[in-house]
Amino acid sequence: MRSPLGRAIGLGSAKEGVEHWLVQRISALALVPLALWFVIAVIGLVGADYDTVQAWVGQPLPAILLVLLLIATFYHAALGLQVVIEDYIHGELARFGLVIVARLACIALAVAGIVAVLTLALGTAV
Amino acid sequence: MRSADRPLSPHLQIYRWQLTSVLSILHRATGVALGLGGILFVWWLVAAACGPDAYRTVDDFLGSWLGIVLLLGWSAALFYHLCNGIRHLVWDTGHALDLKSVYVGGWLVIAATTALTLIAWVAGIARWVG
Repeated sequence: MRSPLGRAIGLGSAKEGVEHWLVQRISALALVPLALWFVIAVIGLVGADYDTVQAWVGQPLPAILLVLLLIATFYHAALGLQVVIEDYIHGELARFGLVIVARLACIALAVAGIVAVLTLALGTAV
Repeated sequence: MRSADRPLSPHLQIYRWQLTSVLSILHRATGVALGLGGILFVWWLVAAACGPDAYRTVDDFLGSWLGIVLLLGWSAALFYHLCNGIRHLVWDTGHALDLKSVYVGGWLVIAATTALTLIAWVAGIARWVG
């Protein structure tokens, strides 16, 4: 729908404009309350046995917040790790490879965490 | 001189350490550390989903000396990255960018990180004992 000029303006040499910068900050904003909630929740779980932890994750609100926390955390981590890798790894192939590895690892960890939370929340745990 | 032989700036071996640069590199270091700590977070969730035996393994690890040291470092890194991240978000709005504010904000971040880490561990230990 946009003109070629409109698409190009502001994109710069990286061809993606400010999107990376912006989503890094949006995920950061989401993580402020989520991370604080998680720390308080973990303190509440100190010394808890398996059944207590299982029952806690199984409640709707903790389950929802844990899934949101996992998405925001590993999205934010993938973006941040990419910047660090791009700044310090100078070989083009190594840099490209490491960014891919970091990104795939973040996706894998997020999916593993979400499936674990859903398993507990939907009561299908062993 | 070939471009590869040119001196790099800042020359870290002779560059004087200062609050601003130390906090900046700490933000990156804690960010990477938190990413690695995310593995522990996911391991804990997956173990809980796998059942009591798997959960006991991760619970025993977290209760060991190594586990407690990792949790202490991870919590301090989290609070630091959180507080300094808010400092960065304030800068992104164009505020507090003068030299004095940058230093005041830096010391505030150090104080808040120390206070939040202490509060969290005192609360955690109180719960463990009580």
